Amino acid sequence: MTAFSPVPTASDRAVTQRDDPRPRFRDLLAGEWFKLWSMRSMRWGYALSALGVLWLNANSAIADVQDWSHFSAAQRASFAPGGSFADSFTNNAGITVLLVAGTLGAMSLVSEYASGLIRVSFAAVPARRALLAAKIAVLTAAMLAFGLVVTFASFGLSEAILSSKHAGISLAQPGIWSGLAAAILLPTVSALVGLGLAAVIRHSAATVVAVVTVLLLVPDFLTDNHYWTACLAHAMPFRAFQFLHDLTPYRVNPYVKFPVQPEGEWWVFLLWPLVSVVVALVLVDRRDV
Amino acid sequence: MIEVNDLTKRYGSTTAVDALTFTVRPGCVTGFLGPNGAGKSTTLRMIIGLNEPTGGSVTVQGRAFRRRPRGLRHVGALLDAGDVHGGRSAAAHLGVLARTNAIPLRRVGEVLDEVGLDAAARRRIGGFSLGMKQRLGIAAALLGDPPVLLFDEPLNGLDPEGVRWVRDLFRRLAGEGRTVFVSSHLMTEMEHTADRLVVIGRGRLIADEPLAAFAARGAGARVRVRTPDASALADAVQAAGATVTRDGDGVLLVGGLGSDQIGDLAFEHRLRLHELSVTSASLERAFMELTADSVEYTAGEASAGEASVREAGDAR
Repeated sequence: MTAFSPVPTASDRAVTQRDDPRPRFRDLLAGEWFKLWSMRSMRWGYALSALGVLWLNANSAIADVQDWSHFSAAQRASFAPGGSFADSFTNNAGITVLLVAGTLGAMSLVSEYASGLIRVSFAAVPARRALLAAKIAVLTAAMLAFGLVVTFASFGLSEAILSSKHAGISLAQPGIWSGLAAAILLPTVSALVGLGLAAVIRHSAATVVAVVTVLLLVPDFLTDNHYWTACLAHAMPFRAFQFLHDLTPYRVNPYVKFPVQPEGEWWVFLLWPLVSVVVALVLVDRRDV
Repeated sequence: MIEVNDLTKRYGSTTAVDALTFTVRPGCVTGFLGPNGAGKSTTLRMIIGLNEPTGGSVTVQGRAFRRRPRGLRHVGALLDAGDVHGGRSAAAHLGVLARTNAIPLRRVGEVLDEVGLDAAARRRIGGFSLGMKQRLGIAAALLGDPPVLLFDEPLNGLDPEGVRWVRDLFRRLAGEGRTVFVSSHLMTEMEHTADRLVVIGRGRLIADEPLAAFAARGAGARVRVRTPDASALADAVQAAGATVTRDGDGVLLVGGLGSDQIGDLAFEHRLRLHELSVTSASLERAFMELTADSVEYTAGEASAGEASVREAGDAR
């Protein structure tokens, strides 16, 4: 046992007196960026989902081209722009993006809680809100890039396939940018909602169930038959996406008693991720880990 | 320097930590000892701001750790070696931490070298043994070259060589003037590691003193004697005023006499001794006796103090 020396020497003082370099948000961004891509499963997750969505969309265009001879004259005439645009980002592709991006977004946070890594992360960066803000920024950037690549690649591929039947549309199509923007933002919206649910629930399995329920099941179960269910349905991000991505002029179906209010759907689409982020940032500072 | 002041943590009606006050000084290894469920981990978590105290306060180097924007240059902590993501490599795990704290990335290689994980740097943590994870956790604690280091049960899962390495490392860190605070629920681990002890039971402070002072609180050192002439020796030492406990075949535990006196007595009576040693049971006994009232989970109905003291003796 070495002797206990209560008097610090000169070199001891060098150990105990520490000047912190000025904390920079960009260091947190670098850390979170590296944290995301240093995991093989994440790299594969992003790449395979992008390919999957691309395939779903191209496949739908191929199916329409193959069935073209069976379409009636009226169907062919009205196919562009609505049907053509739908082939560039199908409902199934939307569901896939919803689930994949929602889960990836949730996992980016809940995997830290589930593994206990969050304690190491917060011990390294006691400024929890700043750290989570960096994570959100990195996730948003990755998902925006994912959305841009998938949306434009799908659009190019599907429209190229449909052009063989002269059913393709171009980026000059009136009203198309709003629909494209919704598709580009869908992964970000889903991922941030997933992250918000993860921040509230903090358990892997329950979070994934919640992501599937909130993003997909609830809007699927809600109908437009009653005022309150219609209101709820129209307030769900997936229904907002479906509406925003529809290039067919908004038709009022006389059998739908409570139709969508068009002007509100962008708000629905953007408020979900915004509220999720705020909830996550508020909770992260208040709870023990 | 860690200053814990009237620190309290309640979960509902359970009080995990009850008005703890103690100071952990730089320049020595301080053991943090208590039975399972005594509140050690909760206290450590409150020190680095992971858990918010219900009452009281704790400062590290004069400041609440939670108020610092970055932590690794101030406190290195290994709370649970399992607090890692199995999908990352050891180098990547440390690389994330280094980046967030603006620590040069060459430190990652340095600390991996230091803990002997350089060969495993690129391997996924998921495939690591507990001992390797402990080493990785120690590497993470050393990353920012901090003046204060906390370790929660760091010897778990380490092989004997690893245990010796960790003890030497703690000594060296303390020798450099750092504050080293190491928790354990085993007295025997602390015996060869710590200079000072903070002992808690059921969230309350039991002792805060140098290791030697704590050991002196026990029922006194005892001498273990192995001899083929057990009954004759027992009579001899009892005649000299000692207390004798039989501890298995041919083994006596003698209290109240030093080993030299017992050796002399045996020589005078022409009794053969095969072994004569001062037991380290004194520290364990001190610990058991002091924490007997505060053991959270006891086995069976037997009176905790008596039973565990006897078991500790028997196990030797």
